[in-house]
Amino acid sequence: MGARLEAKHIVKRFGGLEALRGVTLTAHDEILGLIGPNGAGKTTLFNVVSGFLRPTSGEVIFEQRAIHTKPMHEITRLGIARTFQIVKPFSDLTVLDNVLAGLGCHVYPTPRAFAERYHAPQKIAQARELLAFTELLPWADTLAGNLPIGLQRKLEIARALGTNPRLLLLDEPAAGLTAGEAEELAALIRKLRAQDKTIIVIEHNMAFAMNLCERIVVLAQGEIIAQGTPAQVQNDERVINAYLGH
Amino acid sequence: MDYFISLAVFAGIWVVLALSLNILMGYAGQVSLGQAAFFGIGAYTSGILALKFDQPFVVGFFAAIVLTGLVGAFLGLPSLRVRHDFLVLATMGVNFVVVAIFKYVDFFGGALGLIDIPTPRFFGITNEIPYLILVWLYVGVAILVSWYLSKTWTGLALNTVRLNEEAAAAVGVSVPRFKIYAFIISAALAGGAGSLYAHYLKSLFPDNFYFVESIVILSMVVVGGVGTLRGPILGAIVLRALPELLRDLHDYRFAMYGGLIVLMMLFQPMGLLGDESTLMRGIRRILKREVTNGRAA
Repeated sequence: MGARLEAKHIVKRFGGLEALRGVTLTAHDEILGLIGPNGAGKTTLFNVVSGFLRPTSGEVIFEQRAIHTKPMHEITRLGIARTFQIVKPFSDLTVLDNVLAGLGCHVYPTPRAFAERYHAPQKIAQARELLAFTELLPWADTLAGNLPIGLQRKLEIARALGTNPRLLLLDEPAAGLTAGEAEELAALIRKLRAQDKTIIVIEHNMAFAMNLCERIVVLAQGEIIAQGTPAQVQNDERVINAYLGH
Repeated sequence: MDYFISLAVFAGIWVVLALSLNILMGYAGQVSLGQAAFFGIGAYTSGILALKFDQPFVVGFFAAIVLTGLVGAFLGLPSLRVRHDFLVLATMGVNFVVVAIFKYVDFFGGALGLIDIPTPRFFGITNEIPYLILVWLYVGVAILVSWYLSKTWTGLALNTVRLNEEAAAAVGVSVPRFKIYAFIISAALAGGAGSLYAHYLKSLFPDNFYFVESIVILSMVVVGGVGTLRGPILGAIVLRALPELLRDLHDYRFAMYGGLIVLMMLFQPMGLLGDESTLMRGIRRILKREVTNGRAA
């Protein structure tokens, strides 16, 4: 079977700044870590893959289909979901409704969006299943904006899972979490991996990334400087230099 | 008696206008200062069909809804490019342009407006009660549309657009498409209200739909409670009825609307009947006490 995702020679320029300089990356059924110093282009790469930004040049292929010209909502419907570095829960909606918003992914483009009520028993049951899976069920009726940051990050994952993705992009999911919360999150991500989902994780927390990911790709100044198993990457001189600023 | 019927007819029309803006602003988060333009387009569509093409009220009414909805889709296009303050300015500009067209294009009657628009008569009844019933039936339709919309996937999608456009796209919501939907539904409802206004007032002038009317509609939504169903209804009734009941204050009504907006923004930004407003919290407390007392008894 081919790769789940192939990003080929991705260049992204913002005026005179070249944030991505010909990045080529492949993701199979795995937990892939994307690490690198600040400003390396990690989130820009996520934005290009998820359709939030169009690449200046290059191609993004998802399950043998070119997606780099498609808008974000279409890419979501094709099976790529993401979370955000700065969490963006629908703060005025309950936790349950946030997950329902994800479950509506394939209803929004159809006439059913005007005819069907979203609080249908079957959809609520599905949403509650996802909340149970992400251990958020006790907060189902809480407004998302009132949750602590750790639970908001979990909620973003639950909401993304509602869209039924085959590729999940997690942007710094462990940021701001306590050690205990990060461990819970890692367990959750492993459960997702067991469901045959491909997961790409941007992470600054090295211990978290090294323990969780099967393979690591290192970006620095818009280029991939190393990739391999966590052990290989940890001992790579270019990576050490990039992090130490040599 | 006729005076109170007239008051109730206008209150009903403004309730629909407030509900129509609430769909755009409260549901989809698109703050507009151009709602009077949609109101005017509906009124002029109906008035012109009656005066120049001899069409009955029913034709004018439905044509006003359809045509204003279509114009709403077109005038909603700026919302795809601009957000927040810039959208407010763009919709304000749209209002000025629409009024200028009414004023300077002869087909629309120019500054002299349209006069002698026929009032429909129902079953030979000559007083205004059937018209009052018709207006409030339309209010019922607007309430039903608003309520049902809020329960559907479209309502949920509009909410996600209001709360965060990037996150909305990340759950598969086509943000441009749903913004345009909100403009269409909102404009169509306001267009129907315009038709009812035209046939009741019997004459139309461009200034009836001036930008300041958009501010009045906005005040009704803000004072009542943006995003709720009850808020805009209360806001429209209070702000429409109050200056009429306190005749001496009529000349100062715009100052009153402006002052109310400032006060609401300072002390109750969620509106009088917003979910977390002082009034609603008080009502909920009283209801809870009643239930507890009932159980104890």
